Amino acid sequence: MHHVIIGNGITGITAARTLRKLSDDTITVISGETDYFFSRTALMYIYMGHMRFEDTQPYPPEFWKKNRINLLKKWVKQVHVDSKLIEFDNGDTLEYDTLLIATGAQSNKFGWPGQDLKGVQGLYSYQDLLELEANTRNGINRGVIVGGGLIGIEMAEMLHARKYPVTLLVRETNYWNNVLPEQESDMISHHIRHHGFDLRLNETLTEILGDAQGRVRGVITGSGEEIACQVVGLTAGVAPNIAFLKGGSINVDRGVVINQHMRTNIESVFAAGDCAQFQHALPDRRPIEQVWYTGKLQGECAAKNMLGMPTLYNPGYWFNSAKFLDIEYQTYGTVLNKLRDGESEFYWEHPDREKAVHIVYRTEDRLFIGINVFGLRMRHDIFNTWLQQGKSVDYVLTHLRAAHFDPEFYRHFEDAVIQSWNAQHPNHMITLADAKSAKKMIFKNA
Amino acid sequence: MSELNTSISLTQTYPAKFNALQKTGLTLTGIGILTIFLAWAGAGTTQPLLCLLITIIGLFSGGILYTYGTYGHLPKGIKNNRNFISSISSGGTLAWISAVAITGFYVVLYWRDHWKTVFGTDIFSGLVHMFDPLSQLLRKSDADQWFVYGSFYTIAVLIMGTKFIYKYRHNNYQILRTCSVMFFQLGFAWLIPGIMKALYNFEPFYSYFWPLDYDAIFPGTLSYMLDRPGNLGVFFIFWGIVMSFIATPLLTYFFGKRWYCSWVCGCGGLAETAGDPFRHLSDKSISAWKIERWMIHSVLALIILTTILILVSDVIGEHLKLSINQYVYYAVLIGLAYLVYRGIAKSGSQMRLRPTMIVLGCITGFLILYALIPNLKTGDQVVSFSTAGLAKWYSFSIGMVFSGVIGVGFYPIMGSRVWCRFGCPMAAYMGVIQRFKSRFRITTNGAQCISCGNCSTYCEMGIDVRAYAQRGQNIVRASCVGCGVCSAVCPRGVLKLETGPDNAARTEVLFTSEDLKILV
Ligand SMILES: Cc1cc2nc3c(=O)[nH]c(=O)nc-3n(C[C@H](O)[C@H](O)[C@H](O)COP(=O)(O)OP(=O)(O)OC[C@H]3O[C@@H](n4cnc5c(N)ncnc54)[C@H](O)[C@@H]3O)c2cc1C
Ligand code: SF4
Ligand code: SF4
Repeated sequence: MHHVIIGNGITGITAARTLRKLSDDTITVISGETDYFFSRTALMYIYMGHMRFEDTQPYPPEFWKKNRINLLKKWVKQVHVDSKLIEFDNGDTLEYDTLLIATGAQSNKFGWPGQDLKGVQGLYSYQDLLELEANTRNGINRGVIVGGGLIGIEMAEMLHARKYPVTLLVRETNYWNNVLPEQESDMISHHIRHHGFDLRLNETLTEILGDAQGRVRGVITGSGEEIACQVVGLTAGVAPNIAFLKGGSINVDRGVVINQHMRTNIESVFAAGDCAQFQHALPDRRPIEQVWYTGKLQGECAAKNMLGMPTLYNPGYWFNSAKFLDIEYQTYGTVLNKLRDGESEFYWEHPDREKAVHIVYRTEDRLFIGINVFGLRMRHDIFNTWLQQGKSVDYVLTHLRAAHFDPEFYRHFEDAVIQSWNAQHPNHMITLADAKSAKKMIFKNA
Repeated sequence: MSELNTSISLTQTYPAKFNALQKTGLTLTGIGILTIFLAWAGAGTTQPLLCLLITIIGLFSGGILYTYGTYGHLPKGIKNNRNFISSISSGGTLAWISAVAITGFYVVLYWRDHWKTVFGTDIFSGLVHMFDPLSQLLRKSDADQWFVYGSFYTIAVLIMGTKFIYKYRHNNYQILRTCSVMFFQLGFAWLIPGIMKALYNFEPFYSYFWPLDYDAIFPGTLSYMLDRPGNLGVFFIFWGIVMSFIATPLLTYFFGKRWYCSWVCGCGGLAETAGDPFRHLSDKSISAWKIERWMIHSVLALIILTTILILVSDVIGEHLKLSINQYVYYAVLIGLAYLVYRGIAKSGSQMRLRPTMIVLGCITGFLILYALIPNLKTGDQVVSFSTAGLAKWYSFSIGMVFSGVIGVGFYPIMGSRVWCRFGCPMAAYMGVIQRFKSRFRITTNGAQCISCGNCSTYCEMGIDVRAYAQRGQNIVRASCVGCGVCSAVCPRGVLKLETGPDNAARTEVLFTSEDLKILV
């Protein structure tokens, strides 16, 4: 049996590792991007000098040989499903028995005039990093970032770390408020400005201007202003990387269309990760999931199905994390940017505007639905258990101390959170459980 | 790691832009260092007080201004920009120059008496005399090179500790433990010994214990202590034994070895403060881990053996001696060489050798060879080794060359904890407890890890923290000194140093995708 995986990102690699763990079959992983799997999420740290490229590779080069995972550094041009053949851009071919498409995503470009000028780029691949390095090699006076999301703020931070002024053009009325509730979004906007960024909300990109050499020299914004700059970062989201499948017999929509077994319309072909689109999204989840941990889960699930172990994709409760400059963000369960019908919320923010807790619960039976945490760390396993057990918001608040995950000697804010809750909910007063019971809850299996 | 292309081209651009405060700070530090050289050249003998004042004021004010210039205008948070870009912190030319300079300084200092005989004059005297005023003030006696050493050490811990605290001012764990190492260095390793010297002409270090303070229970030390006035010496022995054999295992059980390595120890203190700009240079490869385990446990075994042998020979009243026929000796040497060759050949294919490992290897090789050079007795064809020889070898090779010279001199090349990681017998001893019976662990927060690698990169002990974190596994490792920096630099809040029931720490994987019910 020969399993072939296109894409050496977290999805493809998790699949390969799972296949190896569960079988003795031949495994080949193909990617045109880099020789070895690296962590895309760490691209920014290379540019800022926190790490070298090799430090972002989770496994040492000898790992692959030891685990008999063949690596091929090539670009796939086409997949011939009838003959079970992969065709590379240099004309070579490779046969497979089962195929996993884990080709990830690429930065969106919305057909802006001038988007192909030199100095205009996204941030997704290793090549993008090299390009940014080249684009800023001789120093720049300003960079403009278009699109406010997680990658946008990272790109802004990268340029800022090298002391280049940055302007962010963000279409939304507050930073990332298409995902974050208004309160947090406002806090993050404040934080970004506090760090000295020129954040333009409600602002779009109309045109990118070039000079005689075909290099970017500025942008014109939706409100008509011209901003001189030497680098433009396009970070208005990413889209599945599936151009090489267009016109073939594998069913594609926005992404490669798959069922809950990660299988495409073709029996032996699977897809997972950033490039995949579920035909039917799971409740409370999107059809295309483009984060690190879902790549891991989908890769593992796909591998099991490739081995003929029918396994449904069942990712459990949503969680995620990110960092906005110096503010860490964690989320457990479902907190949408706007309350849904029948939901209530509770929001606490520290006066320093760098810490916040946002809890959403069902009004009717007070069922805890989800939490956003900013500037504080909280425990994943505790929240996952509470969600599984269907705990009430009152229970969660009472035991909030058990979720605390900040380093030792950090100030605790549970008291402040509960005080604020009690002030707002005189009919549902909460008494925080003591530290001892929190310890017990954390180390329950001992 | 030459096969990993491009990282070089990635880091050559983008020069430093120092601001006015940083420049002033560097200038003042430069003046301080220049004064050290002037004092060394002779000014220290003629103008000790002036030199001393300029040095101390220059270094402290320079360090503080530079720190403020570097971090003052930035909001609180992780400050690792440029670490792999600046020459000094990325193993570049400046790093090698400082490594050679620091090592050279130590070589001159440690073997002052030797150089006296070589050059016919005390080339170190200017520098020592510069410290006379301070030594008189504290110890009521003139300085010697060990006082110079201790004073520079303390100055470095205080200045760089201040810098560290300011750099991590958002992190209470870092602030507190740095205050703690500064306190122990200044109080326990400088003030108290100095005051005791003035009062009782005896300099006890209450913050070092056997096996790190390797000769603490050698017969020579014991009898010296018993000769001290009053019960001071007796107390010192009692204190040392309680700390080594009762307090250390207990504290390590409850808190992990960090109670000592990151909160008390002077070697750790210097590594955490002066060594902080270099922590990311530690080698993370599996081969380095193999070498580490082998070396550090050998040192522990060696000092236990040496201590036992020397105590036994003291009891029976003569030095134990091992005498063998010279041909047997040569055969053993050849056998050993063959084993080493086999070892290298076998692991050679998997090892990614780096210059740092080669340097370390050469030095260790040299020290081992040095140990094997026998006291050849001409005539009787017999080669002999004695306990006294063993103790002398340990004190030279491990006590001085390894812990003193390499341990600090190689910060800029091999990271800040070279000695703690590869050599310290105290770390080895506590490591065994931490690994097998301790409430300390680093908890991994569910499945939040994004495998970015910050934790592994900034682990000064070369632990591949990410390898555990990305599997959702707690980190229970003998070598972890509990510095807490992995937890600090993690951008996703994945790591927490904590203590709890020790069986809970060892649950294999706390949170796999299996737990997320991927299997139906
Ligand atoms: C800058 C940045 C920061 C991020 N930060 C976070 C974060 O903090 N948390 C989080 O959860 N997620 C984050 N993400 C998203 C996360 O990285 C992705 O969801 C994840 O990497 C997707 O993994 P994947 O394996 O599906 O795809 P990818 O990692 O994109 O891997 C796909 C691979 O396939 C290769 N490939 C594509 N087409 C072909 C072809 N035709 N032939 C050969 N090879 C091909 C690509 O070159 C690539 O190497 C971030 C993404 C970026 C870009
Ligand atoms: S694992 Fe973390 S706490 Fe332990 S030594 Fe390494 S960086 Fe420090
Ligand atoms: S720093 Fe945090 S997110 Fe990054 S690899 Fe380590 S544990 Fe994972």
